[in-house]
Amino acid sequence: MSDPILTIENLKVHFQIAGGLFTKKQIVKAVDGISFSIMPKETFGLVGESGCGKSTTGRAIVKINQPTDGKIFFEGRDITKIKGAELRQFRKDVQMIFQDPYASLNPRMTVGEIIREPMDIHNIFKTKQERENRVRELLEIVGLKPDHIRRYPHEFSGGQRQRIGIARTLALNPKFVVCDEPISALDVSIQAQVINLLEDIQEEMGISYLFIAHDLSMVKHISDRIGVMYLGNLVEVGESDDVYRRPLHPYTQALLSSVPIPDPKTAREKKRIVLEGELPSPIDPPSGCVFRTRCPSATEKCAQSKPPTVKVGNRLVACFLYDEN
Amino acid sequence: MEENKTNEIQLNPELFEKLDDSEKNAEKIAYESKTYFADAWSRFKQNKLALVGLTFLVIMILACIFIPMISSYSFDEGDKLAKNLAPSMAHFMGTDKFGRDIFIRILYGGRISLSVGFIAAFISLAVGVVYGGIAGYVGGKVDMLMMRFVDMMYSIPDLLYVIMILVVLGSNLTSLLIGISVSSWMGMARQVRAQIMTLKEQEFSLAAYVLGASRTRILFKHLLINSMGPIIVSVTMLVPSAIFYEAVLGYLGIGLAPPQASWGTLANDARRMLSSAPLQTFWPIIAICLTMLALNFIGDGLGDALDPKKK
Repeated sequence: MSDPILTIENLKVHFQIAGGLFTKKQIVKAVDGISFSIMPKETFGLVGESGCGKSTTGRAIVKINQPTDGKIFFEGRDITKIKGAELRQFRKDVQMIFQDPYASLNPRMTVGEIIREPMDIHNIFKTKQERENRVRELLEIVGLKPDHIRRYPHEFSGGQRQRIGIARTLALNPKFVVCDEPISALDVSIQAQVINLLEDIQEEMGISYLFIAHDLSMVKHISDRIGVMYLGNLVEVGESDDVYRRPLHPYTQALLSSVPIPDPKTAREKKRIVLEGELPSPIDPPSGCVFRTRCPSATEKCAQSKPPTVKVGNRLVACFLYDEN
Repeated sequence: MEENKTNEIQLNPELFEKLDDSEKNAEKIAYESKTYFADAWSRFKQNKLALVGLTFLVIMILACIFIPMISSYSFDEGDKLAKNLAPSMAHFMGTDKFGRDIFIRILYGGRISLSVGFIAAFISLAVGVVYGGIAGYVGGKVDMLMMRFVDMMYSIPDLLYVIMILVVLGSNLTSLLIGISVSSWMGMARQVRAQIMTLKEQEFSLAAYVLGASRTRILFKHLLINSMGPIIVSVTMLVPSAIFYEAVLGYLGIGLAPPQASWGTLANDARRMLSSAPLQTFWPIIAICLTMLALNFIGDGLGDALDPKKK
C-alpha cells in the first residue's frame, strides 16, 4: 500500500473561551487527541453529533484553527508550522468545501470573479483571458452554464451555489479536499446531485476527501472508511461497510441504531439504543473515557483512565471492552 | 395493501411522455444580468421618496453653486434703503437688517453648510473605516486598546473639544471641519468594526483565507466591500448631523465669523428680529429642515438599494 496523503497524530485543538482580567480561564477541548490517516484517492468520512469536534478537525487541517498540540502531516511533511512558499503550495494542494452555500460565496462578487479568485491569488495562467476560459470550463464541469459567469450568487439556488463553491475549490487542482458538511444545508433531492458530482470529480481528478457529516447514510454511501467522533475523541475507525454491519464501540452502536429504516417491518424489529443523559460539556469532560457517563456498558475502569485504542481486525476501537490486557 | 397496488399497475410506453425542451433550460436564469450599481440604481428608483429627496438635494446643490454666480445681489453688501423688506418680486425671501437679499445669503450659507456636511462626513468615513477596519480585522489586544480609546473619546462631551478646537485654531472653515470630524468619527469606527467582526467569521472570508488570499485582499475585497452598504447609509446620515452640528455651533455664536454665513449663523442673526420679522428666521430653518429630510430619505433608499439580496 502507498503512503497516506494525510496523517494526523494526536491532534488537539483547545479554545480559550473566557479568561480576562476578572474571569476564570475556561478551555474548551474541541478536539482532544485524535489520530488517523487518509490514503490517496480515498474518502474518509468523519461522523458524530454536533459539537463533537469534527468541523474543528477539518478546520485545523486547512489551518483555519491552529492546533494546540499534535502534528498534521501532508505528503509526509508537518504542516502545522509552515510559512511562505511552502504554505502557498499547501494552499494549492489542500482545499475546503464549506457547509453553508449561502454564506460561503461573497455576495458582492460575480460567479466569474469568485471562481477566478484562486487563480488570481496563485497566478495560475498568465492572461485574464486564459483564466476566464478556465472558469467557463469549471462551470461546465460542475453542471452550470458558462454564461452564468456575470451573475451574482444570490441569483442561484442552494444546490447551484454549492456547485459554484465546488468549482472554486477545483480551480486550484487540489489533491485533498475537506468537505465540511457540504450537503447538510441542501434539499434531499439536491444532496444526491452534489454527492454524485463530488464522486465524479474524485474519479476524474484523483482527489482525496475528508468528508464531514452527521447524516450517516450519506457518509456510508460516499466513504471508503469512516471515523466516529464523540466529544473531541475518535472512538472508532474502520471500513465503512464493516462499521455499519458490525459497530463495535457502544457509541457507534447507539448512533447507528438511530438511523431510520425506510421499512416499517424491519424498523419494528430493530432494537433502538437510547442514550441516557446529555452530552457532557467539552469544558469539563468526564475523566477516563469521555463516553462513560452515557455508556450502557461502562465499568469502574472507564472512569480511571482513558481507554487505549485497540486494533480489532482491521478496525480501531477506543474502548476497554476490546482491550485484552 | 399499498404495496400490492403499486405492483398491479401495468407499465407501457404510451404512459410516458417525452420531455419538452424547457427541461434544457433548467439552469437558466431569467433575470437580466446587470452590474452591481445598475442593479442598485434600479432598486433605488423604485423608492419614490428617496428619488424626491435626491432631486431636491441635486437642485439645492446646483442652486447654491450657480445662482450666486449670476445674481446681481451680493451676499455681504446690502442696500441701506431696503432693510427688513418682506418677500417681493425683487427680493424673493425679503432682505435682512442690513438690506442684504436673504435668498442669496441662504444660498451662500448653503455652500458652507453643505460643504461642511459632506466634507466632515467624508473625513469621518475615511478615519472610521481605517480605524474600525483595523480594529475589527486584527482583533485581540489591538482591538481592545483601539476601542477603549474610542470609549474614552466618547466620554468627553463633543461640544467641549469642538469649542476648544475653534478657540485654538480660530473660527474658520478648517477648524470647524476638524472639530466636527473629531466628534463624529467614533460612531463610524464602531460600526465598521462591528461589521468587519461579523463578516470575518463568515464562510466566504474563511474560504478566501483557505484559498491563500493575503490579509489586505481579504480586508478590501471581501470584508470592506461587503460592509459598504450599511456604511454608505450611515454616511448619508452623517451629512445631516454634521450640517446640524455646524448650525448649532453657528447658532451658539462660535461658528463662522461674519460676514461669512452658514444656515446656522443666518438663523442666529435673524433671531434678534424674531418679533418684527419672523420670516427671516423661517428661511434658514426651512432650508436646514428640507435638506435633512431629503438626506434621510436618500439614506433610507440607499439602504434598500445597496443590498443585492433585495429585489
